[in-house]
Amino acid sequence: MSAAVTERSGTTAITWRTTLRERPIIPLIGLLALLVVAIDVADPGIVTPSWAGVIVRASIPLAILAGCQTLTMLTGGIDLSVASVASMAGFVTATLIHSPGGVAEGIVVVLIAAALVGLINGVGIGVFKVHPLITTLGMSFVVDGLANVWQLQMVQTGAGVPHVLRVLGSGTIGDVIPYSLVVFVPLAAVIMIGLRRTGYGRLLYAIGDNPVAARLSGVRSWQVLILLYVISALMAAIAGLLVSGLSNTASVTLVDTSLLPSVAAAVIGGTSIFGGRGGFGGTMVGALILTVLTALITVLGLPEPTNQVLFGSIIVIVAAAYTRVTAES
Amino acid sequence: MTALAATNARPTVELAAWARRNTWTLGLLLLLVLLLAFTKTIQPNYGAFGIQGLGTSIMPLAFATVAQAIVVIAGGIDLSIGSMMALTSVVAATLMQGQGDAFGLAVVAGVLLLGILLGAINGALVVSTRVPDIIVTLATFYVWAGLALLVRAAPGGAASPWLMSLASGPLFSEWLPKAAIVLVVVVAVVWIPLARSRLGVSFYAVGSDQLAAFRSGVAIGRTKVAAYAIAGLFGAVAGLSLTASTGIGTPVPGPYTLQSVAAVVLGGVSLAGGRGGVLGPIIAVIVLQLIQNDTTFLGIDPNYALVIQGVILVGVLILGSILESRRAD
Repeated sequence: MSAAVTERSGTTAITWRTTLRERPIIPLIGLLALLVVAIDVADPGIVTPSWAGVIVRASIPLAILAGCQTLTMLTGGIDLSVASVASMAGFVTATLIHSPGGVAEGIVVVLIAAALVGLINGVGIGVFKVHPLITTLGMSFVVDGLANVWQLQMVQTGAGVPHVLRVLGSGTIGDVIPYSLVVFVPLAAVIMIGLRRTGYGRLLYAIGDNPVAARLSGVRSWQVLILLYVISALMAAIAGLLVSGLSNTASVTLVDTSLLPSVAAAVIGGTSIFGGRGGFGGTMVGALILTVLTALITVLGLPEPTNQVLFGSIIVIVAAAYTRVTAES
Repeated sequence: MTALAATNARPTVELAAWARRNTWTLGLLLLLVLLLAFTKTIQPNYGAFGIQGLGTSIMPLAFATVAQAIVVIAGGIDLSIGSMMALTSVVAATLMQGQGDAFGLAVVAGVLLLGILLGAINGALVVSTRVPDIIVTLATFYVWAGLALLVRAAPGGAASPWLMSLASGPLFSEWLPKAAIVLVVVVAVVWIPLARSRLGVSFYAVGSDQLAAFRSGVAIGRTKVAAYAIAGLFGAVAGLSLTASTGIGTPVPGPYTLQSVAAVVLGGVSLAGGRGGVLGPIIAVIVLQLIQNDTTFLGIDPNYALVIQGVILVGVLILGSILESRRAD
């Protein structure tokens, strides 16, 4: 009898592990809930609907940037130019506020510029097979430098974050639901449906899983990659516009501090940096986890240096636990 | 007679073989010579003094790049180098302030040990958690940066005069910057015996094919920890050279992490691991610095230097990939 019990509990444990491995988003949501409970314990009464709105609003740009990392990581790549492109987008739009075309002109200009950066990234990676890390790093130098030059040109005209972007980035409905969801929900839906239901999405997984097999099956990887990096750069630009609206700041370095968290959010969300595994669902939870974690550390009222130490330590611990849970035995 | 011809021919053949193996490094060297000639043309009075300044300015990045090269050769990547330099630099500057030469020497030894410890922690985390290198070192980037701010909230401290004298001025001839001699001696003393040792060969083995290395009896875990520890040693030397060249310690990390990755790849080390050396990356650092100097001489906006750096980085690698595919055809 005792043997039967052991056997049953053994089976349960195995099913447990399999469930976790197949649905890695469950432990992530558990962790998120745990962090929310922790922050409520640390500062009782802080967790309210409007607090949740603030967290979601702050997570959205990070989730979009982490989406860039997710999509590129699926193919075994990475995009280190997203922060530069995002900063550039917010800044250039703000400097064009007094142009004849107004805000619309600014947004069109930065989207074209971003697409161009993505195109160059994609050609370097897809056609010339230069490592994605290096191509996008090199392009981030180029974008940073050009944005600085633009800043010196524009220093006289003055700049301001357009009203539309401020409303979109920081406004809320009833102090709870952020307007930026208007941008984010359709974008997230397109990404998730695109990854699951379209041939293009499957190609991203195929290229990352086994590039040689993909090539032998007739996939023109270079075309897929060029489009991918253009999409990534456009998403980065959108994130940058939202950040500038959220913070009401126009600066060429505004989004730089989000580069490393964007990679961390994608990885915590279960996307493999080696390609072929992951998705945007986990990434969104990953971005929420990082935002709540930052809020928790702030609530604890520790000095900034301690926050950085804690932030880094927790990323390692979460990633390690996650790797352990989802590891194939 | 024929015997004589044979003995004469042998070194030539070996030299040719060496040149074939090091085409990339020789190409970089040629680029460096061309750049030096170009510098002399645009700035006719560029001479011994310019070379001395060049020696001092490349030192921190050169050591950081050697550290990065060792980890990349062993199949990893260390994104924490920039903040490791900040931490070791502030520790050194804080402890040395108001102390004598002998104590300064003890501080240097202690900081080198600290670097080895930080690197070993990176390596141990990578090996024990099985989280990808890029994530672990991304997280420790925050940890070291936070610790650096805890040591010293603002730039300050002091460096022992003998340490500062190592970073500037000439030795023997006015054309030989002391900094360059320090660089060559430190790298030679550590790297040359290492590359010829069992451990050094294991770095290449683990980097090029982990499974094959494991089956040939290489202890993967220990080799990786050793690679990170030695990178930590060079990271500490890079931090010390920051203190030596500025005379203070700055807690905010400089742009060294990503620049070291760029210089490593430009120097012919494959990000896939197992290929390359430290000479190429060091030459790449000099090339990058010289380009920056030249833009200053030409009166070009320094922001364009960043753009040019990015273009050269991607351009050189695209060129390399074209040449390689030509050779393969």
